[in-house]
Amino acid sequence: MEFLKPPPVRRLDLERAPEAQEAPRQPDQTPSAANGNGNGNGNGAAPAGFAGARKRRIGAPQVSIPRMDIDHLSVAYDGKLAVKEVELPVRQGEVLALIGPSGCGKTTLLRSLNRLTELTRSASLSGRVTLDGVDIQAMEPTALRRRVTMVFQQPNPFPMSVFDNLAYVLREQGSRRGSKKSLMDPVCEALERAGLFDEVKDDLSHPALRLSGGQQQRLCIARALVAKPEVLLLDEPCSALDPQSTEKIEELIVKLREDVAVVIVTHNLQQAYRVADYVGFMYLGDLVEYGGAKKVFGEPDQERTKDYISGEFG
Amino acid sequence: MSTVGEKPKAQKEPAGPELAAAQYGAVESSAAWRLSDRIGLAFCWFLGLLFCAIAAAIVIYMLVKGIQYVRPELLTESPKTGFTQAETGGFLDPLIGTFIVAAIGIAIALPLGIAIAVWLSEFGRPFVLARIVESTVEMIAGTPSIVLALFGTVIFSSTALAFLSRESEGVVFGRSFFAAGAMLSLVALPLVVSATREGLQAIPAHVREASYAVGKTKIATTRRILLPAARPSVATGTMLGLGRIIGDTAIIVVLLGALQNFEPTGSPFPLDYLQGAGSTLTNYVYSNAPTGELNNPQKAYAAAFVLLVLVLFLNAAVDVVHRRSRKAGSWNS
Repeated sequence: MEFLKPPPVRRLDLERAPEAQEAPRQPDQTPSAANGNGNGNGNGAAPAGFAGARKRRIGAPQVSIPRMDIDHLSVAYDGKLAVKEVELPVRQGEVLALIGPSGCGKTTLLRSLNRLTELTRSASLSGRVTLDGVDIQAMEPTALRRRVTMVFQQPNPFPMSVFDNLAYVLREQGSRRGSKKSLMDPVCEALERAGLFDEVKDDLSHPALRLSGGQQQRLCIARALVAKPEVLLLDEPCSALDPQSTEKIEELIVKLREDVAVVIVTHNLQQAYRVADYVGFMYLGDLVEYGGAKKVFGEPDQERTKDYISGEFG
Repeated sequence: MSTVGEKPKAQKEPAGPELAAAQYGAVESSAAWRLSDRIGLAFCWFLGLLFCAIAAAIVIYMLVKGIQYVRPELLTESPKTGFTQAETGGFLDPLIGTFIVAAIGIAIALPLGIAIAVWLSEFGRPFVLARIVESTVEMIAGTPSIVLALFGTVIFSSTALAFLSRESEGVVFGRSFFAAGAMLSLVALPLVVSATREGLQAIPAHVREASYAVGKTKIATTRRILLPAARPSVATGTMLGLGRIIGDTAIIVVLLGALQNFEPTGSPFPLDYLQGAGSTLTNYVYSNAPTGELNNPQKAYAAAFVLLVLVLFLNAAVDVVHRRSRKAGSWNS
């Protein structure tokens, strides 16, 4: 009766208690810090109170060119407001991070910047978003999306070769025209900018879906860069990746801000602190706080921001 | 079962983590299962093995029976009328006939099926129309092929479609490879549609959005990303459809005339055969079976063997396509 044995299932050993260890408390923490709302105990310049965020990858911005302007933007799904009257500037030379708990509207805000929200039938928009002074609603969506490109949460290379993934973007809509030779330079340049070139240069005809997760995501960044956009939108680009790949991509983001405006949505507060120049904290569709990263993480003006970054809720 | 039955008692007093782990073992025991669950599992095993046995019995019986009558010359000789099984020739005409109806049928079903699937999966507006199309395809899938065949005779006997078959003295014969192929395409169509649709729907939404997000239109995305990604599914649907076409008998009998040989019309070359009536392996087996009008059992077994090999070959091809697509990798959804 061997076959009557059910398939093997891994069983959690309930008898063995998980060896949880209290994180060692820092000696200089005030009692209020231990209560969870003490992020103001840093001395302003270095927000030491923000637990875990030890280093910033990013230096002071070198340039600052206004690219997009979000003006009283509201987005509703079936009449239910997901983004309420948000005002934000997006500038080249700076990384803007949008943080906030799940369902707070940050991804919706990001998607409305290149009109991807339009693909959702129930979504309706009010307010104005401009790209270099032109209302994006007046632009042809495909033209807009070539200038404001996006990288998604899950790596999603197209089921074709590494080269074709990028060439697809450069070619006319559905066509296959444009010889390999004429597209080689821009493709290699984009791979270079995404820090992937050295890993794939030997075999650009390698199927993209056979790359590792981190490589796939950098390929997606390269794909978003190949059309030379003005704004790059990143929707939690590292949430499906391991720490090494995440580190590479964060370095990349910091490097890229020089020639493209970067907006990143992230759940990871440490990540926002590491890579962002400016941070927008959203909660229930409202932009609660916006300011420099050091300011928002160091001494936020709003109580809700303070609670969120100290882990009070999330 | 008898050994695992003792374990629950031992579970009561685990002395420590190490001992408990040793008692549980690395694999869950069926001791924790209810009797009804265990009987259910045994029943599943039984049914699984039963179906394997039935399939194996059919294939092995037909292969053994068929292989002793298959001769190479059967594949190169046309059927002849004769009194003994030695005189009745081979089944070249039915074999070619099978390929012809399969080619015509799939040539119609494939583009039509892909188009319907793409529209249903990617566009599908207005919603009401999409629902109607969906149920229409389901209805065709559920219609017995003999009913389709009968309907086909009505259509292909009309004078407007006389050019697709033979016509004499104003009466349209209505039986030809064209007529049979066209009706057989309806048999394959639902399989192509559902396989293609499944393939398209298995592609995560964010992949489509990734294409829109670099400024591509919906149609360019469909053409260059979605259809290539769904190719293995389309191939699967095609092969299943082909299998259904070459296995269909009712439409052949009613719309192809169910002869033994080709019966070309007077038209120029390829047209004369396609306009004429003819036969396929299925109706050859049908009429040569021991209960059939011709009663050449040896020929019937040999032809059935060839038919079975064709179908098995198609199934193997489906497997190969699937394995290859799995190797090519896919996305997390």
